[in-house]
Amino acid sequence: MTRAYRALLRLYPASFRREYGAEMWAIVRERRRDVAPGLPVAAFWARSLGDLATSALLAHLDILRQDLRFTARTLRRAPGFALTAVVVAALGVGATTATFSVADHVLLRPLPFAEPSRLVMLWQGDAAQGYQNELSPANYRDWRREATSFEGMAAYRQRSVNLVGEGDPQRLNSAGVTWDLFPLLGVQPRLGRGFNRLDDQEGAAGTVVLSHPLWLSRFGGDPDAVGRKVLLDDQPHVVIGVMPPGFHFPNRQTDLWTAMRFAEADFEDRGDTYLYAVARRRRDVPLEQARAEMGVIAGRLERAYPEANAGVGALVVPLRDHVNTQSRLLLGALLGAALCVLLIACTNLAGLLLARGLFRTRELAVRTALGAGRERLVRQLLTESLLLAAAGGALGVLLAVAAMPLVTRLVPNVLPIAAVPAVDLRVLAFAVATTALTGIGFGMVPALRAARAVDADALRDRSAAAGTGPRERLRSWLVTAEVTASVVLLVAAGLLIRALGRVQQVDPGFRGDGVLTLRTALPLPRYAKTLDRQQFYRRVLEGARALPGVEAAAYTSFLPMVMRGGIWTVEVEGQPRPPGQRPPVSLRFVTPGYFETLRIPILAGRDVSEGDTQGGPAVAVVSRSFAARHWPGDDPLGRRFTVAFVLRTVVGVAGDVRVRGLERSSEPQVYLPYQQVEDGGLVGYIPKDLAIRASADAESLIPAVRRIVQQADPQQPVSDVRLLAEVVADDTAPRSVQVRVLALFAAVAVLLAAIGIHGLLAFTVSHRAQEIGVRVALGAQPRDVLALVLRQGAQVAAAGVAAGLFLAYAAGRSLQALLAGLSPRDATSFAVAVALAVLMTLSGSAWSALRAVRLDPVRALRGD
Amino acid sequence: MPERPEVEERPPLPLATFHILLALAEGPRHGYAIIQDVAVRTEGALRLSAGTLYRSIQRMLEDGLLVEARERPVPKLDDERRRYYRITPLGAAVARAEARRLASLVRLARAAGFAPGRA
Repeated sequence: MTRAYRALLRLYPASFRREYGAEMWAIVRERRRDVAPGLPVAAFWARSLGDLATSALLAHLDILRQDLRFTARTLRRAPGFALTAVVVAALGVGATTATFSVADHVLLRPLPFAEPSRLVMLWQGDAAQGYQNELSPANYRDWRREATSFEGMAAYRQRSVNLVGEGDPQRLNSAGVTWDLFPLLGVQPRLGRGFNRLDDQEGAAGTVVLSHPLWLSRFGGDPDAVGRKVLLDDQPHVVIGVMPPGFHFPNRQTDLWTAMRFAEADFEDRGDTYLYAVARRRRDVPLEQARAEMGVIAGRLERAYPEANAGVGALVVPLRDHVNTQSRLLLGALLGAALCVLLIACTNLAGLLLARGLFRTRELAVRTALGAGRERLVRQLLTESLLLAAAGGALGVLLAVAAMPLVTRLVPNVLPIAAVPAVDLRVLAFAVATTALTGIGFGMVPALRAARAVDADALRDRSAAAGTGPRERLRSWLVTAEVTASVVLLVAAGLLIRALGRVQQVDPGFRGDGVLTLRTALPLPRYAKTLDRQQFYRRVLEGARALPGVEAAAYTSFLPMVMRGGIWTVEVEGQPRPPGQRPPVSLRFVTPGYFETLRIPILAGRDVSEGDTQGGPAVAVVSRSFAARHWPGDDPLGRRFTVAFVLRTVVGVAGDVRVRGLERSSEPQVYLPYQQVEDGGLVGYIPKDLAIRASADAESLIPAVRRIVQQADPQQPVSDVRLLAEVVADDTAPRSVQVRVLALFAAVAVLLAAIGIHGLLAFTVSHRAQEIGVRVALGAQPRDVLALVLRQGAQVAAAGVAAGLFLAYAAGRSLQALLAGLSPRDATSFAVAVALAVLMTLSGSAWSALRAVRLDPVRALRGD
Repeated sequence: MPERPEVEERPPLPLATFHILLALAEGPRHGYAIIQDVAVRTEGALRLSAGTLYRSIQRMLEDGLLVEARERPVPKLDDERRRYYRITPLGAAVARAEARRLASLVRLARAAGFAPGRA
């Protein structure tokens, strides 16, 4: 036991142990002799060891208190150093924390459901072919019945509804869900109840569950909202519950949930896919096993329904992975960039501490002479760097919080999570860990070096105390690393800026500027008749066209980039294909004037017209790529093809439009006249998006257009009022946010690296002042002195740039998917980065170079 | 004799510190002797642990209440391996100030009827 006690003395600070350890051990041995054998001995040891542990802790606190007091005093004497160090640390920690909080929010953090790791999405599709589709009700029913890998399987579909009652009519995003979805996710309503088995029976009274934000905004947070009646698309519904705040499903745009019902007719067409399916994997079934089982089930269904289910496999994807590769890559790139900034900040901090250690050599030597051990000095210096890092970390977290609004645009909206990442304990813990790493990791080497250099010589001779050799080399390495990292960031930012420019230059196929858009989604069954809708459209369009400054106005099923789907397959006359292989098109119903309104050129033939009625010959306008795909080299006008159940004749060819956005290839487009659809047919494609081209300020038309809609149908809500130019700009929004953040990081990196170069040279000049003085006295010209200083800066910068260009190429290659076809070797980006690095080196060297040239040789030689 | 202001303005001494000062009143002692002296003086009520003792000693050295003694006691009592501590004039002044503080406290307690003796 005495040996154990002796070993445990190591718990004390080394200085304390050296001083008193032997005596404490002696005392304990002596006392032990006075204790009676047996139980009292055990009690004695328990007491002694307990005392040892607590007093060791207290002794550490004593020293910490002393060191903090001392540090505060010394830092007050060097406010410039302290401020620089704190700001440097804050930039590093702030950048990393802000980026981490978003990446964590989007990619890592468990979803806010019970045991979220077992939740999966199910898709119809083929992993090898890389496509995934929603489910048809019939396939959903069969999968659900046959699969044994899951505790439950639920389905939902997204749609928009008009809410009437309690204030203005309002357009809301709703999700129709099967009754068991909420229990499957493990989420309870906050008020009232969720759906039950009876709610989704055919013929049951309509029920609706509100999201928490909708409950607050529309019902003023009134607990009595439960039980109220509202009209959703003209159908009476009773509010039965309110979900808790923070519940977003399937995404954060969802305002309310209704019970989804299936009629027998819904199960007839296996090709009609519109259901999203989510399932909870059983605890004892690993993901791979569930995939294998679903594969077997899908294979069986394919054999049973060879026509409709040809090539339809089953994909099982964890709900967490429901993020596209581009957002993943985008966040990964930013995280990498933030780590670069942190690394630069840390090396900068290390450089600052190293330099400070040199200037303090004398002070440390005095303290050593007064009996402070090396361990004690290291500890003191580490306390100092930790204190600086902690202050920097706190400031960094504030910076991260301030940066939140900028980075929230990086949160994709397909996930069931909040828009704004929370800065909570988890993020704070990350910031604290980063800070500690910064303080200890990059304070340790300078502290050890400073303490090692201390010897008796330091007291006698100031110049000997400089101990320049290895330490200056280390600093040079650190600055080289900073330059390297900043060049990587500069090149990456340059590549992405150029890629953004490329994407923004892509011709969308239409002109968005000057076009006001809004949505009037006509509710069914009131507007089930095509004729009723015609009247509404005519009244609105006539009213809009009569407004001053309006050049054209038209309705369409979906505006490009607003709705990217709406895909249908076609069969061209004389080019038969089996059902699974028919080519897809992007299908839209439009009113006459649509092409003029969006300035989509008509290349041949004509626009749809008011004469293209339900009774007349069925016609279509197709895009150029559609004509090229099916009748290459031939005149498409007069050719016929079947789409949406009807054989139609091509009467016009229009320019291609980037329906799916600037960066994705789109299906060829087919436009049908708005009148040529039977009553109650193709309800998903009913025109609802209104576009108005104005010669002057399009936004000023909004109140007048609202009035016109109001006059056409007082119950009809207007939603999604936007400028088409905004829609196009939003298409590249995540990209431009990323570019802005990355450019900011690069700017910070350049600033820090310049500070690093400046620090290194300033230090060199002051330590080589005597040498420079001698040279000047011996006739060296200012040019020579300038060269002496600049050479050192240039050497460090050149090494950093060389390494940086090499790493930047590697980084560029890993970003290739974000480069929109730009080569990762893009010469412009590299040239600009090198030019900026040269500029950074020059500005970092300028002050020291000037000082060296102005050096007074007489004073320098005297050693002042 | 009026004490120096910094002595009067001190916060109350920790109990261990006061007892260590008392133990050193008669002359330099080593650590174990201090522990024994305190135990005897308080009739076993206060038994300082080694950890408490040396942490107190370290602080008292830093505050200048003690110094390590150069002079050793008579040879037959001397233990070469041990460190001896001696009270400084400041330490003595601090001990006196603490005693006065305690005495005036006891006077107040007597006046309130909480302690035996004349008020």
